[in-house]
Amino acid sequence: MATRAPDNVAAIPPAPPVRSSPGTNRRHLVHRLDVKGSPYAYVAPFFLLFCAFGLFPLAYTAWVSLHEWTLLSDVHTFVGLDNFRTLLADDYFWNATFNTVSIGVFSTAPQLLLAIWLAHLLNRPLKAQTIFRVTLLLPNVTSVVAVVVIFSQLFGRDYGLINWVLSWFGAGAVDWNAGTATSHAAISVMIMWRWTGYNTLIFLAAMQAVPRELYEAATIDGASGFTQLRKITVPMIRPTIVFVVITSTIGAMQILAEPLLFGTYSLTGGPDRQYQTLALFIYENFTKLDFGYASAVSWMMFVFIVIVAAINYLLTRRTRGSLT
Amino acid sequence: MPRNGAGTARTLTYLTLMAVAFFSALPLYYSVVVASRDNSALADVPPPLVPGGNLVANIGRVFDTVPFALALFNSVLVAGGIAISVMFFSTLAGFAFAKLRFRGSRILLVITVATMMVPTQLGIIPLYLLMVKLEWTGSMYALVVPALTNAFGVFFMTQYLSRALPTELLEAGRVDGCSTWGLVWHVVLPAARPAAAVLGMLTFMSAWNDYFWPLVVLTPENPTVQVALSTLAAGYVSDYALSLAGTALGTLPLVIVFALLGKQVIGGIMQGAVKG
Repeated sequence: MATRAPDNVAAIPPAPPVRSSPGTNRRHLVHRLDVKGSPYAYVAPFFLLFCAFGLFPLAYTAWVSLHEWTLLSDVHTFVGLDNFRTLLADDYFWNATFNTVSIGVFSTAPQLLLAIWLAHLLNRPLKAQTIFRVTLLLPNVTSVVAVVVIFSQLFGRDYGLINWVLSWFGAGAVDWNAGTATSHAAISVMIMWRWTGYNTLIFLAAMQAVPRELYEAATIDGASGFTQLRKITVPMIRPTIVFVVITSTIGAMQILAEPLLFGTYSLTGGPDRQYQTLALFIYENFTKLDFGYASAVSWMMFVFIVIVAAINYLLTRRTRGSLT
Repeated sequence: MPRNGAGTARTLTYLTLMAVAFFSALPLYYSVVVASRDNSALADVPPPLVPGGNLVANIGRVFDTVPFALALFNSVLVAGGIAISVMFFSTLAGFAFAKLRFRGSRILLVITVATMMVPTQLGIIPLYLLMVKLEWTGSMYALVVPALTNAFGVFFMTQYLSRALPTELLEAGRVDGCSTWGLVWHVVLPAARPAAAVLGMLTFMSAWNDYFWPLVVLTPENPTVQVALSTLAAGYVSDYALSLAGTALGTLPLVIVFALLGKQVIGGIMQGAVKG
């Protein structure tokens, strides 16, 4: 027995089939049912739950978006593509789209470059590895509400720590909340602070799977650390980079809590909608109980996400050799 | 000669990492500084840089302003319940994917991983309508039931069990006449414990920190910690001492637990990442 190592239990011969009495026959049947059926029973909860609370609502959004639909009335008039027509002519929608893309790019691109570089630094024998990793992940353990509350204070116009530091260099008090560029910068900093460490660890995990010999050979050939990063590490961990780029983009498209709370609960993302994102725009219409319109925006956003994810996939997959 | 260059590079690496660690910890530290001051001190130039003595008073005001005790209770209940359930269902499904042979197992696993990329937040309106139908709005069911299991957990336990669960042990159990459920009970659950603990911790943290869905479906009268915190931040625009005292109260327990068990949590995240 010890010499055989089948890679799964179903391959084990069931107890010797003795077909003599109806009793053993029935036990045999029960056993077969158990072996055949149990796996499905074990994976079923996830699929059932995902269909009920993930997939079905997402699909149903498309149906709601074709209606005049509020919570106040039980009558939901079918209006076809009217919501989408209104949407495409809605300046607020395009404003939110612009803000989402802007904040998305400013928070994601520098963050991922920084994360790759930090992972590269951590991917060598260092003292206090654990301490560095733990502190890197601290921001990610902090809730998004806490992050925004803390940073709203730091970015305060009059008494914020950041303006105080800037004043050493002769800068006047910046009203971070007021401008488009400044508010996008502040929100991007919050997102970067929260997610850089997490992505660093994901990259680090991938880097640790790269064979050491490649680096040893490169060191003998006199390649610098940066060259090794570009020519060995980045190509070797490309699947992980593609994965992280796509998940970060999907995350960035759905940013909501940061602008909502940075504007101290302003559903419009500031008085001039200067940092209202698409997700916040959906939430604004949701609170107006205009579910049909909000669903139309959700569905447009879904289309955007698929497009952006596909573009990212093609770009990162094609990039050969280096990211820099 | 190369020693010298390597030495400088090493120093630079350490300095960079120390700077990053500093900026990672600074906002958390400063939130404690603000939370332990009274508001007038925050207007000082230069701003206060060390904690003051007002923390307890500010925390008292938090409890007076929002139902924070209830929020803590709700959050522990919700995050704890979700964590236990995710550990259990993910171990079951992970066992099936890792060690049992069944038709369609490979494609089902691929689908499971793919669902992690589906932006389910976009389905929030029908999900809300569903909760209205079920009469779960304002109740913790709305948070717990949809989160009872998730794709990350299933994938995570699959990865772990395919490596760590010896097939011989399962064979031995079969020979002894164990049913599949018997194997789960006597072999799989004990073997899964280390990874399940990490998964439980990760799940607890993300459930504790979840914000948008609780905000949508709960009321300020019966909130979770995050919903209560956002009420604080929204209502008292300039009262930073108050909202940061609440933040510290809602965040620091988690941060401390994480700092103590950080090594395992990080190991878990990195394991889940490989092959992602």
